[in-house]
Amino acid sequence: MTENTMLEVRDIKRDYELPGGLFKPKKIIHAVKGVSFKLERGKTLAIVGESGCGKSTLARMITFIDEPTSGDLLIDGKKVDTRPGHLTQEMRQKVQIVFQNPYGSLNPRQKIGDVLGEPLAINTGMSAEERRHRANEMLKKVGLGPEHYNRYPHMFSGGQRQRIAIARALMMNPKLLVLDEPVSALDLSVQAQVLNLLADLQDEFGLTYVFISHDLSVVRYIADEVMVMYFGEAVEYGTRDEVFSDPKHEYTRTLFAATPRADIESIRARIARKNAAKAVA
Amino acid sequence: MALLQIDNLTVEFETATGWFKAVDGVSMSVEKGEVLAIVGESGSGKSVAMLAVMGLLPWTAKITADQMLFEGRDIQKISPAERRKLIGKDIAMIFQEPIASLNPCFTVGFQIEEVLRIHLGLDKKERRARAIELFKQVGLPNPEERLNHFPHQMSGGQCQRVMIAIAIACNPKLLIADEPTTALDVTIQKQILDLIMSLQAKNGMGLIMITHDMGVVAETADRVVVQYKGRKMEEADVLSLFESPKSNYTKALLAALPENATGDRLTTVSAFFDGNPEPTPGVSA
Amino acid sequence: MADIMVDKAPEPVSSAALRRQMLKEFWFYFSENRGAVIGLFVFLLLVVVAVLAPLIAPHSPFEQYRDAVLVPPIWTEGGRAGYLLGTDPVGRDILSRLIYGAQYSLFIGVFVTTLSLTGGILVGLIAGYYRGWVDTVIMRLMDIILAFPSLLLALVLVAILGPSLTNGMIAIALTLQPHFVRLTRAAVMAEKTRDYVTAARLAGAGPLRLMFRTILPNCTAPLIVQATLSFSNAILDAAALGFLGMGAQPPAPEWGTMLAEAREFILRAWWVVTFPGLAILITVLAINLMGDGLRDALDPKLKRS
Repeated sequence: MTENTMLEVRDIKRDYELPGGLFKPKKIIHAVKGVSFKLERGKTLAIVGESGCGKSTLARMITFIDEPTSGDLLIDGKKVDTRPGHLTQEMRQKVQIVFQNPYGSLNPRQKIGDVLGEPLAINTGMSAEERRHRANEMLKKVGLGPEHYNRYPHMFSGGQRQRIAIARALMMNPKLLVLDEPVSALDLSVQAQVLNLLADLQDEFGLTYVFISHDLSVVRYIADEVMVMYFGEAVEYGTRDEVFSDPKHEYTRTLFAATPRADIESIRARIARKNAAKAVA
Repeated sequence: MALLQIDNLTVEFETATGWFKAVDGVSMSVEKGEVLAIVGESGSGKSVAMLAVMGLLPWTAKITADQMLFEGRDIQKISPAERRKLIGKDIAMIFQEPIASLNPCFTVGFQIEEVLRIHLGLDKKERRARAIELFKQVGLPNPEERLNHFPHQMSGGQCQRVMIAIAIACNPKLLIADEPTTALDVTIQKQILDLIMSLQAKNGMGLIMITHDMGVVAETADRVVVQYKGRKMEEADVLSLFESPKSNYTKALLAALPENATGDRLTTVSAFFDGNPEPTPGVSA
Repeated sequence: MADIMVDKAPEPVSSAALRRQMLKEFWFYFSENRGAVIGLFVFLLLVVVAVLAPLIAPHSPFEQYRDAVLVPPIWTEGGRAGYLLGTDPVGRDILSRLIYGAQYSLFIGVFVTTLSLTGGILVGLIAGYYRGWVDTVIMRLMDIILAFPSLLLALVLVAILGPSLTNGMIAIALTLQPHFVRLTRAAVMAEKTRDYVTAARLAGAGPLRLMFRTILPNCTAPLIVQATLSFSNAILDAAALGFLGMGAQPPAPEWGTMLAEAREFILRAWWVVTFPGLAILITVLAINLMGDGLRDALDPKLKRS
């Protein structure tokens, strides 16, 4: 069991300090208040919550962008030294992230080929020819082609850019991919394609996903395990079926009730309610 | 007579590569007290069509339409002064970014009272009273105090409530809501949608709900127009749209919803939609 | 699994075609501003004149025609055929001097802009990237420079370094530099928080790579615009320094110096001051108009549609 754990987070916390002004004291904001979970290799954990619940901060800690205030982070069974400057190159390569906004996550002045080749150029002694080969291979894997190698990000649609961002994250063969709302900026039809791509890649590379989202229908589709966050705390954590069939926490139930439903029965019920209200009036 | 009737509306923009048709020959109408949802993905021209009605497009846009009738009057032919009187009073609009749609330099009270002064000519005391009443209607707690707040002191949901209060200030006959909940969290979205729907039912307004979210369509609309790349793909009442969509594009959209996933992969739009709005024989959702 | 949102329009494949398309797009937005196009043409004309000065100029700019002192322009009474715009108090042909003066002006513009641009970018990058006390020290220093009237500061510097065109240019570059520092710093700070920078950092990019390869190329648009404006500023300031006798030294046909030499003849011979003044005015105006158009074309926030 333990050797199959890809990621373990133990009581991780993150505080932000709001610098005080001349007349107001410093304020400390607890963005993440002690979250723990374990995630098996090849599985997907979805972290659900509304804006400001700390889910993105958690994602940034797992990807070593931000340093946790306290708590442990174990990847592949090894404890990670998250202090800046202490991170080994090997660790860094194991975890990669895909950001929410495909328009901000690609350098507008960098050709796609260079976007994909950059991690290789920095971390390996690969020749330019080899880098090009690897980049083209990865482009094919994410559903693009070698003809896209020399183009700039602005020539792509949002969905294609997200594919490129995924390709970049995969260039160093990571084991854990943190997906921070990867489809919430995308159109419905494109969202389906990107979700399918993520599923394909997970099968092919045996990737472990931490999937941050606010969209319950997407989470229900993609997740093995679900964690609901509310004001920095994990209020609900369990397998997908447990959480969706029997939510324990009040907030989770509110969240489910608030999600718009697009099935025919609920539309019928709504129209019936409306007609009834009209009849009364 | 329809409240708003648009026939064959086309909106074009000039770009570096030539004229681009954002809206291509779209016709639609809204009745009094009806909720029409315009649904489409980005670039479908769903917002542009309504901005054209409101006269809010930049001058570079070329707008042509056979007619754009509001209560039987063609809004293309009336003078700009009359148009200004109409817009904000009889036709109101709320936008996607509530915080950005309010002027950060003024209190929300000032902004709502300005609308009341310009369109209804109320005096200071009446304005204050009406503003408080409106804030109560949209469910803002402590309305008297809220009037003195600036937009940045409020959350996104509260700002959207203020926007709605401003929009309904003059009892408009038609409310256009352009993605009113896209920038908001799910729980807030629910509250705002409930608010808009209850106001719509109470005031008997026509409501045009522009959205990309099939869930929002299902929760609000009476009738739905589906747009794709500036063209109208389908128009149907909400139940038949979800039950038996006619256009391939609608079918594809519904199939792409994660909650409608059948296997372990989602059906993608390209699986049976090639940009052709007509149903192809032999393809079914 | 092709995206359905892919445009059917033919997309350029080779990088040459790509550049052509980007250039076309740039020209589309640039040419929407008629003033900018006029400015560009005037500027190009100026460049041609400066380069071909020895071929175009009817006389040497230094040759003093003793028999033709203070000859008025050709179309006025007393004008002479050989001297189109008249001659100055020592009998030099004004047109020829203006033509050679264009060389000076362009050289001053290029030199000063390059100097202040590179310096400003370097300092601004460091301030915007590292923030903290480095940023505070740099920015307060820039504030101090900005607190002086620029011409006054340039005068003081020239007084210390000694009056010559080179020293004048260095002084002007120093007074113009804070604008670039501020602009770069602001742009760097805005870009630094973007996800692509974080992504590059996650890929293992060091601070130098992040600053120069990742962030800097995305800050160029406002800098190019500011550079054109500084170009005209530099010409103007150099002319002012020349007028005050602290810039280019006589007999150099620099426009500001020409004005200074002609000071005492303003009432007697209007042409000796009018034409150098007009030359400065037209050049500065043309470059500023061009800068306006550049901003329209390069600033994505101003792009319509």
